Amino acid sequence: MIHPPIPAKQSDSSLSKYPEHSATNPLSVHAMTVAYHQKPVLWDIDYDAPLGSLIAIVGPNGAGKTTFMKACLEIIPVASGTIEFWGAPYAKGRARIGYVPQRESVDWDFPISALEVVTMGRYGKLGWFRRVKKEDRDLAFKFLDDVGLADFASRQINQLSGGQQQRVFLARALAQEAELYFMDEPFAGVDAATERAIIEILQKLKNHGKTVICVHHDLTTVPEYFDNVMLLNTRVIAAGSVKEVFTQENLKKTYGGKLTLLDEVSEAIAKAKGS
Amino acid sequence: MSSFWHEFVSLDLPPILTALFSSLSCALIGNYLVLRRQSLMGDAISHAVLPGIVLAFLISGTRSSFAVFIGASIAGICSALLIEVIRKIGQVETGASMGVVFSIFFALGVLLMEQAAANNIDLDADCLLHGQLETIFWLPPQNVFEILRLSTLSQLPNEVFVSVAVFVFISIFIILFYKELKLFSFDEALAKTLGFNPSVLYYVFISLTAFSVVAAFKAVGSILVIAMIICPATTARLFTDKLKTQILLSMFFTIIATIAGYVCGAFMPIWLGFENSINTAGMISVISGLLLLMSVFLAPRYGILAQKISRHRLQLQVIREDILGLIYRVEETKKGITKDEIVKTLRKFSSDYFIKNAYSSLLKNGLISERNDTVILTEAGNIGAVPLLRKHRLWETYLVNRVGLNPDHVHNTAEALEHYTDQELTEKLQERVKNPETDPHGKKIP
Repeated sequence: MIHPPIPAKQSDSSLSKYPEHSATNPLSVHAMTVAYHQKPVLWDIDYDAPLGSLIAIVGPNGAGKTTFMKACLEIIPVASGTIEFWGAPYAKGRARIGYVPQRESVDWDFPISALEVVTMGRYGKLGWFRRVKKEDRDLAFKFLDDVGLADFASRQINQLSGGQQQRVFLARALAQEAELYFMDEPFAGVDAATERAIIEILQKLKNHGKTVICVHHDLTTVPEYFDNVMLLNTRVIAAGSVKEVFTQENLKKTYGGKLTLLDEVSEAIAKAKGS
Repeated sequence: MSSFWHEFVSLDLPPILTALFSSLSCALIGNYLVLRRQSLMGDAISHAVLPGIVLAFLISGTRSSFAVFIGASIAGICSALLIEVIRKIGQVETGASMGVVFSIFFALGVLLMEQAAANNIDLDADCLLHGQLETIFWLPPQNVFEILRLSTLSQLPNEVFVSVAVFVFISIFIILFYKELKLFSFDEALAKTLGFNPSVLYYVFISLTAFSVVAAFKAVGSILVIAMIICPATTARLFTDKLKTQILLSMFFTIIATIAGYVCGAFMPIWLGFENSINTAGMISVISGLLLLMSVFLAPRYGILAQKISRHRLQLQVIREDILGLIYRVEETKKGITKDEIVKTLRKFSSDYFIKNAYSSLLKNGLISERNDTVILTEAGNIGAVPLLRKHRLWETYLVNRVGLNPDHVHNTAEALEHYTDQELTEKLQERVKNPETDPHGKKIP
């Protein structure tokens, strides 16, 4: 199921004038700034995700990793900047984008079964009004089986372990049959076996030409799991292939605790504007 | 028609219908409000509608429920919008913004009401707050066939029509948008990324909340609306893990609470010899609260009692297995054990009460028998003990060989794990430890 990237019409892309952003890239971000209470959380982000790769976003707590994903998906507004998918705005690419939020983002007490959650991944293809059909449920079951949870299909989601819940979310994203996936810490709180199962699925997606962007916490597994990495701490410290940019020096820059002049000025802006 | 039935149809049926349908509307909406952890939205709106009601009354000059309904709905929707606006602009939590909006709206309503009173217009605040079911009546003809005529039915009080209409409207909305409502209640961010604009649905939903609250006004009063929003949905949640079943059950509980509440309020005091009936709206809320309270204790899976029982059963089962295992080990060494010794040995795991209970249940089921003072395993008991011992010793082997614990540290852990190890896990276990003959202590694995 490899969908060749559909080249966007020139008129769709406001980034076409910048030679560094190519319309074949599943994601191009230009000069994105996101602020919360006047303080920039993300500052002047430029990023291009290469097609068909597994990309890790790493950075310390509060670096804006989740914010970056949410801003790309228009879940939260950006202060400025342009975000394009395959050279077109989000609304045009939406159907080809899947999202795995953090596990804590939903209420697991909700009276709903694992299968129903996965079926929700099909809702985008169904659109308003149209009811869930048997094909959708069968397909959802297949994806649940892919993540090894076929036996748990009818369980209420709170009766699943943390790792199983994470896999339900993954199956739901798979059910979207997207080409670009955003995953917010898909390995958080899972056991070693689940982690292996998840990474196998991600590899499979990549082999089918899909692009997967993950917020990732475990630095030791970055070289093993991912091809590309984006080092983020309010700004993009470095981005590119793991071999080239995942260096001691860049990591120190990303995780180093010292305030730079930019941090200081952003504090000053927040204070001045806030008061 | 006997005079009792005529009185019932004219004085009781209209309030029952109004109460029933307006409570059903609240319960339907309540399912989603409770799941979205926004149950107080109903309370907030029910207070915020007050200025709308008074204004509608002042402008139209009538107490016609249609004018009141429109005025209240407009105020309710405005307050809901304002709650969202304040939450977004002020970046405060929903609760805080609800509090600000509904207290201001309510205060405005009180001021307007005083103004109206100053102009000699009679508007009773009590009616608005506590409901005025008793004032809804109908004067049908005596003849049964006349009653069923369309022209007679159309003279039913307006409140009945409003509550039925709102109920039908909300039901249709939930049926049409069942999928979308589920998605938007469970995961709003996903709804957004899937291309469903959650704010459209949110505002429609909030408007419906306003309608249902306003329609329930006359029946249960603004203060008691919250009970009908929270209780039936919460009660139903205790009985099921499925959204559809929860919604249907909540309607069932609403029907019970309404009818039982009305009967208790209107008839019971008189049957008991008191002179006056009591506020039926209050009674309906009390009954729905009682239903919730009872369910908290008695619900099959999430009820306190059911959880106590299942814990009790589990503990008994564990002790029974421990006794079988203990006797098996003793018999392995060709020795015997008495009942007192069993109790003494197992005392560190459980109370005497459980051990004695488990013991007599094993005796009754023929798994053990007493010979003089010694307790021995029967043939059935032996068959029961073997898999336990097998699991126990496989776990000990696993803990020593694979986890690297010392052999003298593994007994208690294995003792705990053996009770929760099913057939599938046992097979995995023996594969991992390569099916050994003996355990780390050199004892044979049966």
